[in-house]
Amino acid sequence: MSRIAVRRATNAAMNILAALAALVVILPLVLILGFLIFRGSTALNVAFFVHLPTPVGEPGGGMANAITGSLTLIGLAAAGGVPLGILGGVYLAQSRDRRLPWLCRFLADVLNGVPSIVIGIFAYTLIVLPMRRFSALAGGVALGVIMLPIILRTTEELVRMVPASLQEAALALGLPQWKVVLHVVLPTARAGIITGVMVAVARIAGETAPLLFTAFGNRFWHRRLDEPIAALPLQIFSYAISPFDDWHRQAWAGALVLISLVLVMSLLARLATKGLYNRRGTYG
Amino acid sequence: MLKSELAGASTAERLSVPRSLVPGRRRGVWGDRLYQAAVRAAVLVFVVVVLGIAALLVYAARPALAAFGWRFLVTADWDPVAEHFGALPFVYGTLASALLGMLIAVPLGVGTAIYLAELAPFWIRPPVAFLVELLAAIPSVVYGLWGIFVLAPLLRSWVQPGLARGLGFLPLFQGTPYGVGMLAAGIILAIMVVPFIVAVSREVLLAVPTQQREAALALGATRWETTRLAVLRYARSGLLGAILLGLGRALGETMAVTMVIGNRPEIALSLFAPGYTMASVIANEFTEATSDLYLAALIEIGLLLFVVTVAVNALARLLVWSVGGAVKEVRE
Amino acid sequence: MRKLAIVLVGLAALALVVGSPLPEPPRAAAELLINGAGATFPYPIYSKWFDEYAKVQPTLRFNYQSIGSGGGIRQITERTVDFGATDGPMTDEQLAKAPGELFHIPTVLGAVVATYNLPGNPSLRLTPDILADIFLGKIEKWNASRIQAANPGVALPGDPIIVVHRSDGSGTTYIFADYLAKVSHEWEQKVGRGTSVKWPVGLGGKGNEGVAGQIKSTPGALGYVELAYAIKNQLPVGAIRNQAGQFIVPTIESTTAAAAGAARNMPADFRVSLTNASGEKAYPIASFTWLLVYKEQTDEAKGKAVVNFLYWAATDGQKYAADLLYAPLPPQIAKQVEAKVGQLSFHGKPLLVAR
Repeated sequence: MSRIAVRRATNAAMNILAALAALVVILPLVLILGFLIFRGSTALNVAFFVHLPTPVGEPGGGMANAITGSLTLIGLAAAGGVPLGILGGVYLAQSRDRRLPWLCRFLADVLNGVPSIVIGIFAYTLIVLPMRRFSALAGGVALGVIMLPIILRTTEELVRMVPASLQEAALALGLPQWKVVLHVVLPTARAGIITGVMVAVARIAGETAPLLFTAFGNRFWHRRLDEPIAALPLQIFSYAISPFDDWHRQAWAGALVLISLVLVMSLLARLATKGLYNRRGTYG
Repeated sequence: MLKSELAGASTAERLSVPRSLVPGRRRGVWGDRLYQAAVRAAVLVFVVVVLGIAALLVYAARPALAAFGWRFLVTADWDPVAEHFGALPFVYGTLASALLGMLIAVPLGVGTAIYLAELAPFWIRPPVAFLVELLAAIPSVVYGLWGIFVLAPLLRSWVQPGLARGLGFLPLFQGTPYGVGMLAAGIILAIMVVPFIVAVSREVLLAVPTQQREAALALGATRWETTRLAVLRYARSGLLGAILLGLGRALGETMAVTMVIGNRPEIALSLFAPGYTMASVIANEFTEATSDLYLAALIEIGLLLFVVTVAVNALARLLVWSVGGAVKEVRE
Repeated sequence: MRKLAIVLVGLAALALVVGSPLPEPPRAAAELLINGAGATFPYPIYSKWFDEYAKVQPTLRFNYQSIGSGGGIRQITERTVDFGATDGPMTDEQLAKAPGELFHIPTVLGAVVATYNLPGNPSLRLTPDILADIFLGKIEKWNASRIQAANPGVALPGDPIIVVHRSDGSGTTYIFADYLAKVSHEWEQKVGRGTSVKWPVGLGGKGNEGVAGQIKSTPGALGYVELAYAIKNQLPVGAIRNQAGQFIVPTIESTTAAAAGAARNMPADFRVSLTNASGEKAYPIASFTWLLVYKEQTDEAKGKAVVNFLYWAATDGQKYAADLLYAPLPPQIAKQVEAKVGQLSFHGKPLLVAR
């Protein structure tokens, strides 16, 4: 075989290998998703959305309280994490200081990689122990801390992409910095920031580990934020490891609901930034 | 960037800007001070939170740190009755399951990233990349659910007996096929970190300047040769970073692993044997540690996990950052 | 910008809006939530009780999380819950660490059973030494000669025995380990008793639910769970040879028989072990299960609710026990429990209203 033929063959072989790798990666993931949709959709019913869980071993009931519980926890986390993250992100993007922003960026990336269960321990020692009770609040704080670095970094990046000329024009008109940020910078970066928020929400919506010893779970509706609260991922976990067939069924249904929530969030986030990525030439 | 003080009101007047948009100088200064204070406070809160996590972990782990010292890392005794706590089986389980997962995930993940960034036909790239990123968003507990009801039975009745028949002479594939165990944990970790590795690696590859490729192609290199010589070499450290980020995920992964690893603090050579990881022992035992020392030992494991993942992630970030600053942040 | 603001405000408001979820009628105006946590062993009966008691006292909600007895002890000691639950009595040392005087209130009796997953699910007879040696890892195959000898005529497979135990702190574990320690010297030396012990072999499952789930899905598995978990999941239970030499199948009657001795001389704090009981018909791995409450309550309304519930459980509640395969308290013990509940107080004033 000529040298060029060998090179062509290698090229073809590597192409095929890489394509195979992609196939091997995609296939099981698609299968998992498919299986989940299959098991989940056959298990879903109206009761699932409107009823409380039944006593152990009795079939029926639903996860209505876990769904509202999860939404509440997400709301709590967002109430703290979103404003803090956006403010911090703006600072990181605009500060001309060298050391503090670098440190923050680094800490944010590192915190993003810290296992969520460790953040659960943090919330337990910081909130549960002094308050002497498991609470929605503690769960919200844990999730908020997980959200923070994601929003911080997205905001920073998106604010950085706002053309300097735009800001300078506004400043030249005599607007104070804070108005420039509020009326020029943030609106320009809006789509991206919303994306960051949604990505963060998608991530915390499925978090289970940090809720085990903060939110703790609740068989009923929650009335107050300083009381234990049910959450969808927690409920799925405890139903999945149980021996009861009806609970297994509900675990699948819960997983489908959870994943729909997460995927819709991710999808919206993706769509919101589609144009953005194309502009930067790094997407598609 | 100009400071607001430099833009005089008179300039604005000459440009006939509506009065309402032009605040008095003093009001502007006051607003800016407040604004500066707010953003600075936000950042400081963040820094305090991160440092607070570290400090609180150390503080809460003190009893165990004092009682066991470095022995904690090298003793394998986890005996809540006698209050002897050694983290070695959990450290081992964490490393073994993560390495097993990475062994499967790295070639597949990097291969897929190369395919998506360099080799695949253009029409395939966006939908596949999109799919991979969506899959990265599936929560851990859902993978665990699948692991319990699909993966473990599959391993128990088909894969493990098959491996034992074919490769049973290796100590890796001996013992009772439980289904759940180290192998199941490794596989589920691989499935979970692959989308992550693909996403980061792909971003790293896309950050390689186009001129690199064009130069190689102009010299008559094939597509693969271009990738190997011009792209991969350039992106080496970034890819290593992507892999390390994946490793960081694998080390800290909790729920899915807890659900399939078998929860047994034992160091066994066989991949069929059950194990236990640092994250899963915390998940299982944290609320029920009956003595203060027991709880402190669990928190010390949390501290250990924190230190290890921080180190891995810090290294990974530095590596990823080294390949062009333009690399997009990739999140779960 | 406005849209962003709306999104942010919306997210922030979500917490408050969702804070008051869709009402599920009928719903009382002022609900009081009592939080408890602990043992998984009595979880089926407790969740039944809390459901039934909500019909008696519609303004009360008892939220019980079955995190294991170890968790019950831990969380009541930390006062993060209003009551704890355990089926391994707290040690003197643990009681000394609690910030107040803790009462053990027995609620029902249960049996810990050896359950397994074998083809055809035959009824097996197990001797104490076989059980101990399986859990010590000394008997590894189902068709081991000693198991076969105890079960003549039963076709046992040559498969390995997959031991399943608890991964969390558990009163079920305490009862089981306490029994093995009484019948096997080697177990007492090597492993001992406790809510979590160092298991020589096997897989860990979280909670009675997790162990039963694991056994149900693993052919060749053997583990220990509370009777209700085995029966409700159609798992077979082994007959265990008791002190009198009889092979006893765990039932409500044989569990009650195990309590007969203890019922005659119950210690004042109710901390008593029923394992390896001496009666002819006594199932040897039985136990009380206890709720843990502080003698001196810190919240009057919650204290009242807990006390009234405890009284109800010891009286009206007992009739639900048998359906869920728990043995009700022997009558004389129920009387003692009522008296004990009467001692619970708020600022030194008894909380139980005389009936």
